[in-house]
Amino acid sequence: MNELVFFINNVVIAGSVAGSIYAIGAVGVTLIFSIMRFAHFAHGDMMTFGAFMVLLLTTLFPGAGNAIGVPTPLIMLPLAMALTALLAVGIDRAFYKPLRAHGVKPIVMVIASLGVTLMLQGLIRLFAGTGGESLYVDDRKEIFRLTVPLEGVRVPVVITEPQLYLFALTLISVVALHFFLSRSRLGKAMRAMSDNPPLAQASGINTNTIVAVTWVLAGGLAAIAGTLLSLDVTFKPDLSFFLLLPIFAAAIVGGVGHPYGAIAGGFVVGFAETLAVFNWGILLRPFRDSLPEWLAQAGNLAFVGTEYKIVVPFFILVAILVWRPTGLFKGKVI
Amino acid sequence: MPLLDARDVQGGYGGMNILNGVDMAIEADEIGVIVGPNGAGKSTMLKAVFGLLQVSQGEVLLRGEPIHNLPPNRLVQKGMGFVPQEYNVFPSLSVKENLQMGAYLKPGSVKRMLERIYEFFPPLKDKRHQPAGELSGGQRQMVAMGRALMAEPEVLLLDEPTAGLSPRYMNEIFARVKEINAAGVSILMVEQNAKQALAIADKGFVLAAGQNRFTDTGAALLADPEVAKSFLGG
Repeated sequence: MNELVFFINNVVIAGSVAGSIYAIGAVGVTLIFSIMRFAHFAHGDMMTFGAFMVLLLTTLFPGAGNAIGVPTPLIMLPLAMALTALLAVGIDRAFYKPLRAHGVKPIVMVIASLGVTLMLQGLIRLFAGTGGESLYVDDRKEIFRLTVPLEGVRVPVVITEPQLYLFALTLISVVALHFFLSRSRLGKAMRAMSDNPPLAQASGINTNTIVAVTWVLAGGLAAIAGTLLSLDVTFKPDLSFFLLLPIFAAAIVGGVGHPYGAIAGGFVVGFAETLAVFNWGILLRPFRDSLPEWLAQAGNLAFVGTEYKIVVPFFILVAILVWRPTGLFKGKVI
Repeated sequence: MPLLDARDVQGGYGGMNILNGVDMAIEADEIGVIVGPNGAGKSTMLKAVFGLLQVSQGEVLLRGEPIHNLPPNRLVQKGMGFVPQEYNVFPSLSVKENLQMGAYLKPGSVKRMLERIYEFFPPLKDKRHQPAGELSGGQRQMVAMGRALMAEPEVLLLDEPTAGLSPRYMNEIFARVKEINAAGVSILMVEQNAKQALAIADKGFVLAAGQNRFTDTGAALLADPEVAKSFLGG
C-alpha cells in the first residue's frame, strides 16, 4: 500500500498539476490559432510575464493576503491577469496587427511571435534577474501530509497549498471558459469566427473586437497558468522554454483550434510525462518474491530519466503528427 | 429614388478589373436578378455591393447614401443581408447558434426572430441542436438564408442560392425567395437558372464581360428573342 500512495504522490498528483498548467496554456494557444490562424510561440513568455507581474505585485504589497487568509500571490492574480491581457492586446496592436493588415502568410506571424518571445524574455530578465525566485514572498508554503487510515501505510499523501489552489483555479477556468464559449454572445461569435471569418463579418460581427477579446482571454489564461506553475515550483525568467513544447504538444494532441481538445491534450501530456519518468520498479516491490530475478533486481524501471522529461511531449508531438495529424478531437491541420 | 443604386461600378481583385462599369438599381420591395454567362462578373458584382471587393470607380448607394467600400459589418447595421454561395454556414455551430449569429447586432430580437425563422423553415426547428455542417445541401441553404434574415434586412443579397441543389429543393428555394420578398424584403440575387429566376424578377440584369448587356423587367427579358438566343439557351 505504501507503494500505491507513492504512485498517487508521484503520478496522480504530479500529473494533474502538470496537466492543469499545460491545459490552461494550450487553451490560449488553440484559441489564438482558431481566430488568427498562426502558432503563437510567445505564449510561454506571456505565461512568464503573468507570473512576473504576480511576483512584482506581491513584492510591492507584501502581506496583502493576510487580512483574509489567502496567500498574497493569489490576491494579486486577477490584477496580473488584467496586466497580461493588456500586454497581449498591446503586443497584437504593435506587432501582429500591422502584419495581419498586410495579409502576410502565417509563417511570418510565427516568426514575429518568435521575435516577441526574445523581446519579452529580455525584458523580464532585465527586471527580474536571471535566477529563480519564490512567489511566496511573505507567506509560508503550506504542505499537507494526509495519513492514509490503513494499517501498515507509513507514507502520507503529500499535497501542497498551491497545488490545491491550482486544482480549484483550473476547474473554475475550465467551467468559466465552457460557459463563455457555449452560452455568451461573444463566445459564440468567437466560435463563429473560428469556423468562417468572412461569414462572421457578413453577420455583423466586428472581427477586430473578436481578435481583441481573444487576446484578453489568452493573456488572462496565460497569467493563470504561469502563476500556478511558479507557485508550485519557483519563478524563473526562462520558464517558457520548458513550457512551449508541452503546451504545443497538448494543443496538437487535442486538435488545434479545439478548446476542449486542448484541455484534454494538456492532461494527456501531463500524465504521459509523469508516467514516463515514474519508477515502475516501486510498484513491483510488493511482488518481489514471485518475480523473475532480472526484474526483481532492476533498480530503476522508469521509461526515461527525470532529466529527459522534455522528450516525452516531443515524442507525443511526433507520434500524433505522424498517425493522427488532426488530433484526438479532429482539429484543423496546421 | 431607388433603394439600392449601383452606378458605373468598376473593380476587381489585385488590380485586375472584373467589373467594367455596371449599373444596377432596384426599388423597395423589388426582386432584382443578375444573370449572364460564366465569368461575366455576376458574383463579383454582388460582392462589390456588399463591400467584399474594392470598388475602384463608380458608387453604390443605399437610399441615396454611399455604401461602397464600407466593411460588411457596417452594411449589416444599415439593413443589408448577404448569403454567399459557398461556405455560407458556421459548420461547427448548431443550427440555432447559426441563426443567433445572424442577429448578432440585434440581441434583443433574437428570440422573436428565431420563432419566425422556425415557422418559415420548419425543418430547421427539428434540427436546431444539430451542427449546421451535418445538414444536407438544401437544409444548409435554409440555415444560410435564415441566418441572413435574422437581422431583418431591408435588402437581401443571394449568391446562387440554388446552386447544386436537387430540383425539389430548387423550387422550394425559389418559392421561399418570393415569400421573403412578399414580406417586404428587397432582393438582389445571382442565378444560374436564368429562366426560372427571371420569371420571379421585377428587374433583370444580364451581364457579360463585366458590363450590362441587357437591363429590363424580368418579363421583358424573358420575351426578348435576343436575350433568349444568347443567354437563355434558345
